Amino acid sequence: MEQRDVVIIGGGPAGLSAARRLSELGIAATVLEREQQAGGAPRHCGHLGFGWESHRRIWTGPRFAERLRTDSANLDLRTGHTVLGIDGNVLRVLNQRGISEMAAGKIILATGTRETPRSARLVGGSRPRGVMTTGALQAHVYLQNFKPFERPVIIGSEWVSFSAILTCRHIGVRPVAMIEAKDRISAPRPGGLLARLIYGVPVWTGTRLIAIDGRTGVEAVEIERHGRHARIACDGVIFTGEWAPEAALLVNRPKVTLAGNVHGDLKTSGACWREGRAIAEQVARGQA
Amino acid sequence: MQRGFDIAVIGGGVVGLAILRRFAMSGLSCVLLERGADILSGASKGNSGLLHTGFDAPAGSLELACIRAGYAEYIDIRGRLNLPLVKSSALVVAWSEEERTKLAGIVAKAHANGVEDVRPVESDELRRLEPRLSPAAKAAVLVPGEHIIDPWSAPLAYAHQALAHGAVILRDAEVTGGEFAQGAWRLASKAGPVSARAVINAAGNFGDLVEAIARPPPFTITPRRGQFVVFDKPASQLVTAIILPVPSDRTKGVVLFRTAYGNLAIGPTAEDVPEREVAATDTATLERLKARALEMAPSLSGIGVSAIYAGLRPATEHKDYVIEALPGRSWITVGGIRSTGLTASLGIARHVAGLYASHFGALPSQPDPIWTPVPNLTEERPRPYMQGGEIACHCERVTRGEIERALEGPLPAGDLGGLRRRTRAMMGRCQGFSCSAHVEKLFREKTRGAA
Repeated sequence: MEQRDVVIIGGGPAGLSAARRLSELGIAATVLEREQQAGGAPRHCGHLGFGWESHRRIWTGPRFAERLRTDSANLDLRTGHTVLGIDGNVLRVLNQRGISEMAAGKIILATGTRETPRSARLVGGSRPRGVMTTGALQAHVYLQNFKPFERPVIIGSEWVSFSAILTCRHIGVRPVAMIEAKDRISAPRPGGLLARLIYGVPVWTGTRLIAIDGRTGVEAVEIERHGRHARIACDGVIFTGEWAPEAALLVNRPKVTLAGNVHGDLKTSGACWREGRAIAEQVARGQA
Repeated sequence: MQRGFDIAVIGGGVVGLAILRRFAMSGLSCVLLERGADILSGASKGNSGLLHTGFDAPAGSLELACIRAGYAEYIDIRGRLNLPLVKSSALVVAWSEEERTKLAGIVAKAHANGVEDVRPVESDELRRLEPRLSPAAKAAVLVPGEHIIDPWSAPLAYAHQALAHGAVILRDAEVTGGEFAQGAWRLASKAGPVSARAVINAAGNFGDLVEAIARPPPFTITPRRGQFVVFDKPASQLVTAIILPVPSDRTKGVVLFRTAYGNLAIGPTAEDVPEREVAATDTATLERLKARALEMAPSLSGIGVSAIYAGLRPATEHKDYVIEALPGRSWITVGGIRSTGLTASLGIARHVAGLYASHFGALPSQPDPIWTPVPNLTEERPRPYMQGGEIACHCERVTRGEIERALEGPLPAGDLGGLRRRTRAMMGRCQGFSCSAHVEKLFREKTRGAA
């Protein structure tokens, strides 16, 4: 069985910065990344706003992810490696050749987070095409150059919801509305103003999504506002935010150190990058 | 397309495909017409995936006979078709004293139906068998032969075996009319006319509309909607057996069951709806189902929901299946296959073959069967990812190779829904957050944007 001092699961900002910092401190770490390319969520965030904390630059997400990969050139970074399970200090790892086991002196879990999809929100209606999360939309737009709809509604008003607007604008799509169940938008000011004034997207607070309607594609959503029901014609639904840590590997409560957004509270990629470094320093000092 | 077939089967659900398989393997030339873009896009899309013994089926019914025959044939052929069988058993659980009084009757009925290993289980044994079930469970009836299978791979295997024996499957081929003249049917369909010496109506939720081509339909379909909530994989460790309700006149209970894919699900509801095609869920019902699951297995608290879905069962005003031959019209009706179709389909196919032989002529001598094993989707048998490969859908561990293969061959996935059903891609906890764009790309590459 292969033995490694430190194994980091997840090659996004937190995982890669932890590996780099450990390497600077003279500790060999192995990063296992399930995708074919490392970089994490920034890979499909095509707008500006990445890199300031780490590199004092303002880049797009893909540019930042590329820089993280360049910074990792001399590290033991293994893409296309999926960790199936953790038992004590032994990881079951799947790659092109099959399943093998790897023993780790220390395990850092940096698997990030994802948005809560329609199903876990128990939103009823039919199951047409064109219903997705912001993350899936960004992968459609920035990684595959697909345009999944022309006039979607956006569910939620967190920061990422505005990222969904930006992603739509990138492909010439204007959302018909942003719908928020709470009485005010979730993102800090001036998010609502931005949506309305700059992007021309009406924001409906105090409005609950009841159901999605459509046979093959989305045709409308049913909403409830101040006790009244209404239909909004649209051809797509973007579920934004309500972040849920990608914590499937924690099921059997293994002894691991968490880094980045797998913690729960959503942080920026820069904050995840900083946290990865800090965790690496703690691990080096034997404190984590 | 104008071709003369011996048999035309209308409906590409599990029942139609099992019938197609039976006749194709008997050496007749067969065609199947399916209205959807892919097979299994109607009633067969939204079931529980359970293999039933028939312990609670109406005594002396055709349904019971078909369940028993279908169960036996499934067990017989599953190894050669690589079909799953997760041996779980079922427990009919009494949650109140009133329900407890009904258990003895359930055992007696099961024995009368020929399911003789069914027996009562008192509370101590029930705790031992299912320690994570709520203490509110009072007692139960154990049905050792009820098991978990999967709704997709069996009918897909039947389709492939029929194709290997020369059958033709037409999709996007809704039948819009037909004429019977000079001993043969000429059906009009959206894929063009098709002629056949005999027609078998297995049109599920559209059964009465299709039946009107041959005669005033002797039944009316009122689709019965069933909603389901599927919990994430850790939940499947909480119960072993299929937890069935004690049937009552007033309320229709729901089933808590593991799925063959390693999840735990609750459902189905039973709601009469006018809609034949789109099975919609509603939030209030989904919340009730989720709450009921938590009552039954309190440790579910904190485990997320992976998926929600609904199915439409073709219920009629009759208690039993409506399966009959119309000798003067060269037509066989297979209607009202409500909720036991997955188990009973092989038995129904045998019964229909028998009707054909007695009314329309003996079946030719059977050629040697060609076995067409299907890719395994369930965790209890080896899955492709275990041999290594590039994972495309991480939640369900679907390899890129599995997706590519599902888009090739004699019956490639007809739409993205068909691809999901064949591979489980995008069906897991993230519902496509990570993989949907990549899967869409693979689909478009193979189908040249015909999505």
